[in-house]
Amino acid sequence: MLRRLEVAALTVIAAIAAVVLGWLYYSAVVGVGAAVLAVIAGLVAERVVGRRFASWGYAERQDDLLVRRGVLFSRLSVVPYGRMQFVDVTAGPLERSFRLATVKMHTAAAASDARIPGLEREEAARLRDRLAELGEAQAAGI
Amino acid sequence: MSEPGVWRRLYPLSPIVRGGRGTIGIVILLVPALLRGGISPGDLVPLAVIAVITVLGFVSWFVTRWTIDGDDLRIETGVVRRRSLRFPLSQVQAIDILRPGLGRLLGAAELRLRMGGSSGGAARLSYVAAGEVDQLRDQLLALAHGASPDEATPAAAPAGDEHVLTTVPTARLVASILISDVGFYAEAVLAALIVTALLAPAVASAVISGGGLVWLLGVITVTWRRFNLEYRLTVADAPDGLRLSGGLVSLTSETIRPGRVQAVRMVEPLLWRPFGWCRLQVDLAGGRQPSDGDGSAQRRQLRVVLPVGRRPLVEQVLDRIVPDRPQRQSPPPRRVRFKSPLRYRMLAWGGTDTCVVTTSGRVRRVTCWVPLEKVQSLRRVQGPVQRRLNLATVHVDTAGRAVRAALRDRDASEADQALARFAELARAARRSRR
Repeated sequence: MLRRLEVAALTVIAAIAAVVLGWLYYSAVVGVGAAVLAVIAGLVAERVVGRRFASWGYAERQDDLLVRRGVLFSRLSVVPYGRMQFVDVTAGPLERSFRLATVKMHTAAAASDARIPGLEREEAARLRDRLAELGEAQAAGI
Repeated sequence: MSEPGVWRRLYPLSPIVRGGRGTIGIVILLVPALLRGGISPGDLVPLAVIAVITVLGFVSWFVTRWTIDGDDLRIETGVVRRRSLRFPLSQVQAIDILRPGLGRLLGAAELRLRMGGSSGGAARLSYVAAGEVDQLRDQLLALAHGASPDEATPAAAPAGDEHVLTTVPTARLVASILISDVGFYAEAVLAALIVTALLAPAVASAVISGGGLVWLLGVITVTWRRFNLEYRLTVADAPDGLRLSGGLVSLTSETIRPGRVQAVRMVEPLLWRPFGWCRLQVDLAGGRQPSDGDGSAQRRQLRVVLPVGRRPLVEQVLDRIVPDRPQRQSPPPRRVRFKSPLRYRMLAWGGTDTCVVTTSGRVRRVTCWVPLEKVQSLRRVQGPVQRRLNLATVHVDTAGRAVRAALRDRDASEADQALARFAELARAARRSRR
């Protein structure tokens, strides 16, 4: 959702810029043409972002967390709760303005990759507490 | 022998040994003044620095004391920030002895107690007199043995009953380093330098004086460090694990318990393969390593168990670290030739209920064993080319970043099965350990 809005905003800005620049330096036709191109590019980007958004997913299983992501490179991570060292909840300025947050699970392995972006803030807090609780209950050390 | 409850100081020459290279530098600074037979005003600044350092070293020695208090080893240190450290001996995993070069000259040795638990710190007694270090180690081990109440953390056994597996022959070590990656780099730099010196001496001296010397020293240091660390490395089979001891200038003696091993890696460089040589390393990423370790061995997470050896020997050592390991590995489907034409022949993996093994790499063949109870997370990754060929890669992540085990380019359904099976087995392994 967030990325989609970003793309939409960028498309509108690019289209307006194209119209203004084209009008100033060449003619109205060039300006409108450029704007149409910008809108098409925006639509394509929207599709890409939409697919990427749809590819994100996570599932809380009994003993581990599954995180899925990626369109071109599809990735599926299995992180046992017992291996979790700590949970991060971060929210950048854009995310904050939409009341979203990113939850990240850290293990002792540098390669572990369990990041869930764009969660509603309440859901993020719930997930964080749940993960911390499960991690405590199943902690297995190193 | 150390009486219980009596506070003792460290070895009096400890500050000098701890100063290490700094001490040598100070001696070099002092020599010109002594040779001239007098002290000129120019020497005052270095002399003042030396005096301050000496006093600081003495003070730090003076305020540090240690004792064995019941089941604890207690160390008190610090002037401004007084620290009192207490290490329960029941949690000792292993006791290592380190003898740095200067320490050997001055009769000092360091005792390092590796502690269990997830914090995984280490108690360091640096330094104690070399004559009593072995005795002290045995005493501490005996205490640790008697003091460990549960079998969950079996303390290290006393030294003595060990069975030497091998000592790496020096000639073979030198030969293996000469044709290894580090060795090649050093040789190339040296050869280039000699050739330039012969053809155009002016250029060579310009290179040497213009920073080339530092570079050269760096290359030589890396090669030397490896040689120094692995010189006459003896691998012995002790009741509590593998015992490694060796070194040229600084001696180390270390015990590797199978439970501490996160992953094992066997490396076979291209040029070693005709000789059937390989190199075995273990990842001991238990907790944070102290960053102020004076030897490179402590900072590096991968510990060399066997610098160079043949397969039968490797199997023997592996028996000790990963007893239940897969004997057979299965190759990937034939269509992987299109995706990874070079390493296709090397790719393989195998697994038992407690361990996974993976092989990869054309030039440098790397085989990794990962005990499933040490698996941190699992990942299944599929790139665009892999999707076209219906392949997928399963990564088995272990602690740290040193060992990368991956079931590369397997059939997608096989990868899914492996992922589910590993998740299940790893969970069972964690459960049974608790």
